Amino acid sequence: MSAPADERVGFFTDTSVCIGCKACEVACKEWNLVPEDGLEWTGDSYDNTQALGANTWRHVAFIEQEKPLLVEDGADGLRWLMSSDVCKHCTHAACLDVCPTGALFRTEFGTVVVQEDVCNGCGYCVPACPFGVLDRRELPRHSDDPPPTVLGLPVGDGQDGRVWKCTLCYDRLKDGHEPACAKACPTDSIQFGPLDELRERADRRLEKLQADGWNGAQLYGRDPDDGIGGAGAFFLLLDEPEVYGLPPDPVVTTRDLPGLWAWTASAAVALVAGIGAAFLGGRA
Amino acid sequence: MNVGENGASASYYGRPVIKPPVWKPEIPWYFWTGGIAGASAVLGQWARLSGNEHLATTASRTGAVFDAVSPLLLISDLGRPERFLNMLRVFKVTSPMSVGSWILLANSGASTTGVVLGAIGRLPRLKRAAEAVSAATGAPLATYTAALVANTAVPVWHEGRRELPFVFAGSAAASAGAAAAMLAPPSSAGPARRLAVSGAAAANVAAAVMERRLGFVGEPYRVGSAGRFARLARTASTMGAALLGTAGARSRPAAVAGAALVLGGELARRWSVFRAGFQSAEDPRYTVVPQRERLTAS
Repeated sequence: MSAPADERVGFFTDTSVCIGCKACEVACKEWNLVPEDGLEWTGDSYDNTQALGANTWRHVAFIEQEKPLLVEDGADGLRWLMSSDVCKHCTHAACLDVCPTGALFRTEFGTVVVQEDVCNGCGYCVPACPFGVLDRRELPRHSDDPPPTVLGLPVGDGQDGRVWKCTLCYDRLKDGHEPACAKACPTDSIQFGPLDELRERADRRLEKLQADGWNGAQLYGRDPDDGIGGAGAFFLLLDEPEVYGLPPDPVVTTRDLPGLWAWTASAAVALVAGIGAAFLGGRA
Repeated sequence: MNVGENGASASYYGRPVIKPPVWKPEIPWYFWTGGIAGASAVLGQWARLSGNEHLATTASRTGAVFDAVSPLLLISDLGRPERFLNMLRVFKVTSPMSVGSWILLANSGASTTGVVLGAIGRLPRLKRAAEAVSAATGAPLATYTAALVANTAVPVWHEGRRELPFVFAGSAAASAGAAAAMLAPPSSAGPARRLAVSGAAAANVAAAVMERRLGFVGEPYRVGSAGRFARLARTASTMGAALLGTAGARSRPAAVAGAALVLGGELARRWSVFRAGFQSAEDPRYTVVPQRERLTAS
């Protein structure tokens, strides 16, 4: 991974001021032409979007809890947590590492983007992401898209078949605009800017919330020494990450790849030796 | 084992934290065909070196056939099959799928070249070179698929990364041995039968070691469809190996039946690994509990 040429930018999502309006979800869909993928009532509080995926690049989580908002309230209380989740644009991005076509790349802004004209839908990045962000788009192809053939034979199932995720509005960044979700957020829960600046701002905000006695306030993805080298999009949460559907200690899978290649090479050597051994003894 | 409130691990409405793979049935079938292709190439070369030409020809041809089927399965699995050549745009050592695409290209090209030149009896030096390349890339072809699945965030695959290459190597050895024992006459198939027996034993042992070491994370190998495939793999491969190792030397029907059981058992083994990955990804406990324990311990 090469160092980004320009200043690295990202998101600081301060969930303590999120009001669950979903303007971020809508603005993202509008700007990025993300298709509608079903309208469902889940019954899970106000969350009908359910999860990040190929057709949801911002997802607002709603958690209804019998927990006090402030520590001083003791054991009693009710609170409604809301948090707008997004691709983390990891410093060490598993999706980018495992992509076999080079469709995923790191931009000059330090963000991670899929080139949709290169992606061949192999799906490797989908289970590689420790946050479950990426997914394959299983919706009909765009009508302008010619039907696919290999050696003249029709192939595929008529679906888009590529992997999609948040681009941190790469097109808007190039023109000097902030991403659509941050622009639309009415409470500044989603803050966009240079990552260093956002980290300082988040540290000050956490200090204030802790001084004010907010229950469970913590930063998530802020630490550059964590298993993904710190997230480009990080969060201020009010409970443990798993409560929001986030992994508590995500690790980029390729951190363990040198050892994995060593075990694989050992197994390959053992295989050659084992097959050779079958020719020893017992031969007439 | 459990963390959070009320003794249960916390989750967001029980939804998965990571995404299950989007891979289709082509992939476990490919693990099996690629394993047979790779191990058959190595078997063919050892047979050639030991002077067993009959077995060498059988194994090399088997390898070439499975080498031809493998890319078709992979292309069919792509979301954009018409862009399959994009796999060869780059070479990335951080992506076992990229490394594997090049290995498969080299192995299938070399295996086919060797077999075709052998059949028409031309260009003997090129034939020998092709056979050497085919043999050298055979074992990597049979094992890289383990690195591929282990290099993901899926707990049952990632945490099994030490043993999984040995499970796949043993499975490939057993399948290639069984295929050759089925197709070659018993008189020249002795090494193939021994390979099927030792490969099935190795795969059984490696899978058992992996499952034991994984503990809670390895639960998918004991339940659901992954559990059923794992039990089928153990039973069928063990029975097939026993049949091959005993009556297989004297009776062709016994050899064919034993080999079929081993081949079926090892296909089931690939399916058990494949399905375990889905079960592991779909239940957030497998992702959250070990991570939370890691944080608590540090």
